[in-house]
Amino acid sequence: SCHDGLPIGLQHNNIDDYVEAEPVFEASKYGSLWPLPQKVQISEVSFKLTSSSFRIVDAKASSAGPSCSLLQSAYRRYYEYMFGSAKKQWWSKNNRRSDPSDLSELQVWITSPDSECDGYPSVTSDESCEYLPFLVHVMFYGLETFSQLVFEDEYGAKSINAAIINDFPRFQHRGILLDSSRHFLPIKVILANLETMAMNKFNVFHWHIVDDQSFPYLSRTFPQLSEQGAYHPYTHVYTPADVKMVIEFARLRGIRVIPEFDTPGHTQSWGKGQKDLLTPCYSGSKPSGSFGPVNPILNTTYDFMAQFFTEISTVFPDGYVHLGGDEVDFTCWKSNPDIQKFMEQQHFGDDYRKLESFYIQKLLDIVTSTKKGYLIWQEVFDNGVKLKPDTVVHVWIGGGSDKEMSSVTAAGYTTILSAPWYLDYISYGQDWQKYYKVEPLNFEGTDEQKKLVIGGEACLWGEYVDATNLTPRLWPRASAVAERLWSAKDVTDIGDAFNRLSLHRCRMVERGIPAEPLFSSYCPHEYKGV
Amino acid sequence: MSVVTSGRYTFPSYNLVFFIFLQLGLHSVEGVWPLPQSITSSPERYPLNPQAFYFTYGSQSAAQEGCSVLDEAFKRYFSLIFPDYSSGRFYNQWSFVDKPFTVQVSVGRDDCDSYPDEDSSEQYTLSVSAGQASLKAETVWGALRGDYSICKIYLKSTDFPRFQFRGILLDTSRHYLPVQAILKTLDAMAFSKFNVFHWHIVDDPSFPYQSRTFPDLSAKGAFHPMTHIYTQSDVGRVISFARMRGIRVLPEFDSPGHTQSWGKGQSDLLTPCYSGSSPSGTFGPVNPILPSTYKFMATLFKEVSSVFPDSYIHLGGDEVNFSCWKSNPDVRAFMLKMGFGADFTKLEAYYMENIVNITVALNRTSIVWQDVFDYHERIPKDTVLHIWKGLPASYAAELSAITKAGYRVLLAAPWYINHISYGQDWRNYYTVQPLNFSGTEEQKKLVIGGEVCMWGEYVDATNLTPRLWPRASAAAERLWSDEKQTSDVDKAFPRLQDFRCELLRRGIQAEPLFVGHCKHEYQGV
Repeated sequence: SCHDGLPIGLQHNNIDDYVEAEPVFEASKYGSLWPLPQKVQISEVSFKLTSSSFRIVDAKASSAGPSCSLLQSAYRRYYEYMFGSAKKQWWSKNNRRSDPSDLSELQVWITSPDSECDGYPSVTSDESCEYLPFLVHVMFYGLETFSQLVFEDEYGAKSINAAIINDFPRFQHRGILLDSSRHFLPIKVILANLETMAMNKFNVFHWHIVDDQSFPYLSRTFPQLSEQGAYHPYTHVYTPADVKMVIEFARLRGIRVIPEFDTPGHTQSWGKGQKDLLTPCYSGSKPSGSFGPVNPILNTTYDFMAQFFTEISTVFPDGYVHLGGDEVDFTCWKSNPDIQKFMEQQHFGDDYRKLESFYIQKLLDIVTSTKKGYLIWQEVFDNGVKLKPDTVVHVWIGGGSDKEMSSVTAAGYTTILSAPWYLDYISYGQDWQKYYKVEPLNFEGTDEQKKLVIGGEACLWGEYVDATNLTPRLWPRASAVAERLWSAKDVTDIGDAFNRLSLHRCRMVERGIPAEPLFSSYCPHEYKGV
Repeated sequence: MSVVTSGRYTFPSYNLVFFIFLQLGLHSVEGVWPLPQSITSSPERYPLNPQAFYFTYGSQSAAQEGCSVLDEAFKRYFSLIFPDYSSGRFYNQWSFVDKPFTVQVSVGRDDCDSYPDEDSSEQYTLSVSAGQASLKAETVWGALRGDYSICKIYLKSTDFPRFQFRGILLDTSRHYLPVQAILKTLDAMAFSKFNVFHWHIVDDPSFPYQSRTFPDLSAKGAFHPMTHIYTQSDVGRVISFARMRGIRVLPEFDSPGHTQSWGKGQSDLLTPCYSGSSPSGTFGPVNPILPSTYKFMATLFKEVSSVFPDSYIHLGGDEVNFSCWKSNPDVRAFMLKMGFGADFTKLEAYYMENIVNITVALNRTSIVWQDVFDYHERIPKDTVLHIWKGLPASYAAELSAITKAGYRVLLAAPWYINHISYGQDWRNYYTVQPLNFSGTEEQKKLVIGGEVCMWGEYVDATNLTPRLWPRASAAAERLWSDEKQTSDVDKAFPRLQDFRCELLRRGIQAEPLFVGHCKHEYQGV
């Protein structure tokens, strides 16, 4: 079907005649910082960091102490990023006394009275931070930035330049969507990507955990959903312990986990374990044996959803759940005589969007009763469903997403943007530049409307992605989105971005993440995980 | 082979039914890829016992125990057939099976210590029956092509490649590929019956080949002189690892273009470009007017021909940019002296002719990119032209023209696999018809094969394997199997899905074709 070959001009071995200019790497004055902090001053003065003497410690006045395991494990993580694991360091112990030009301490000073050590990151968490090498005010992301300031000379010695950095994110919701239904993603892959998200200051893991193809979520209340609906009931499921591990791993990195249980469409796999949940499709006057979206006319459907989402509200601590609501195909509903009858009773006429709204509204009430807020895909808004004022509308349809942002915010809803960041769509060349150039607030609307845009998400749908190719396909392409969502609006110099991102990707590689290259070049430490 | 020893099956009386071999079984043999030329199989499967499974040499076989290539292959295939055996997990499960199963391998020639070459026969016959399989091949390389892991099905298969040259190009200049990544690729290549590793080892961005004669080339031209080079022992390791898998290693030292990195370690090799009447400080292609250039090349290629045992050397010759030559007054003077007028393709041809003659003197056959044919009339007849440009219509025309002129040709244009796009692009690679061009039967015979190219602008060790597999496997079937039997891409789909799961099981990080799952998912990151 798509045998249209490749455009002439891309067939060359190299890029001599290639329209895009060959990027040439030059050192950025911001080194390898990514995403670029809001305010940076880097001085020429540099200090040595010696693994044997360098420590990350709590500042005396910090509201968080040694009992804050969240920070303590972050200290260890970043110490290892900077110096390699403690095992590799044994030989250098006591090898060398620290001299006065050494930087011996990073003091971490948590200034807010409630350090949130045992809590979960939430929409209200203050992520702003300000730090110098000596006196440090840091909320979570300062450690990452500090580690990015450290550089290595050709003999492997670490140094850091004196710097003053004052940082905070431009947008509060900076997410990555992974899809564990089209392909099952082993826990290890999810954790590696949470780790990489932290390196890029992403703070929301949108877990599109189930869909048509499979239902890997092992529900305590309805275990038959995964028993029947997963690709395999034991090897291709997420047990409660797995889910807990993901949430805790994310928490330690300041990342929220928002699960998506998409209905009424995208639910084929639900039907395998839950009888009567899906609408039986008809062929003429008889059931055809196939099933459509969730059956919106049965009370049992809502009983099921109430129990199911009660479980979800206890398993996932985040204040929000993503309820999907996209791409509902009406043909099956139309074919079913019981549905037709119901449509008549409710005076919906032929407008199946009204039936969809009927379902969604009941679902939203159920979820509201579990004390959770919700995100929904844009169609739910488009179809005129009554939404709570704090609903987050997720804009995903490409072409016209600016208009959509305008109308969603004009209606007073908060919104997040994904339309330009469907990273599963791959193409030849440096497509990160395309993601980088997006300006989320570039739509018609008042300042008040713009404030309703709380962020965005890079989506990596799973049709063609599994553990074999997920990480190199996501990174560093998603890093481009990370900077757009974190850094100031005027950080748009694509050449400077290339220079910093090249180093940032090598840093990810050195930390064991197979982040793919931007262009012909090399990293001092190439990926060893082949 | 239909003689059944009784007692091995729970219901021996069914055997008669099962032994009606089905021609239809062709597509039902799970995970067999590329499709053998002929295979008849019974639908019956039976367990193999790792504690009673043996490879032996047939008594008539020219190669016997001690044949490195086959001894190593037996070890490899044993672990592929019984991946969990060393963990001891299957011990109890299998201990009830008492009858041994023997795979008897016979080859007609003892070429165990040689290298595979362009004339090596890869034909083999495999028949599997009760308690035994027999594999017969003319050469050890043919014996390697038999996929022993299908021994759990009764079958008879006679198999041979459609094309003699089935290659993969890796580019180690735009990004350095650690040796481990190359070895992994060679492993995966053998699983898809590829037999040539085209090593595009150097290019503009870097010169990672550590030359014995000119160590400065990598000392100054590699990304890093210690960590980003291929030492002589690295190269030796790649060649011997490839040999064990019946794979030839074809080195490419591309000139006169694509040589920026050469200039760093070899002064006066590249043409100084001029800006007006003075040198601009930049350099262009290799300088074709200096005798020192040819002396250098003769010495370098002498080394290359001693390091790489294959009788072919790839000389490149593509994409020569004339602007630097044009700017240089000495080059212009030379053009005048040689009577080339303003036609710089003549200068390029002059250069290539000299280089090809160097390799001829070294008793090597040259492969060059199609550009050389396009610009040049006098190429030695045994040179192989390598087509890399254009859409089907234009590469078909090129195939026609080159074969009409009597040259052998290799097709790479439809398999530039570094060009990625959303969706199942393997279908495009699969539906290529390499012989669909206008020409006589004799002309078609001059198409010696094809090559999948993975250029390195956007590829390094982080993404090479999933980007290459299973997309390259689509081309592998096109180059190995009978085109009529494999013309239906939808029929190929489930078989390729099975094969990619099999690749995963064998430790190759092959990406998915579409939604779905494998029993054993990839467990790395």
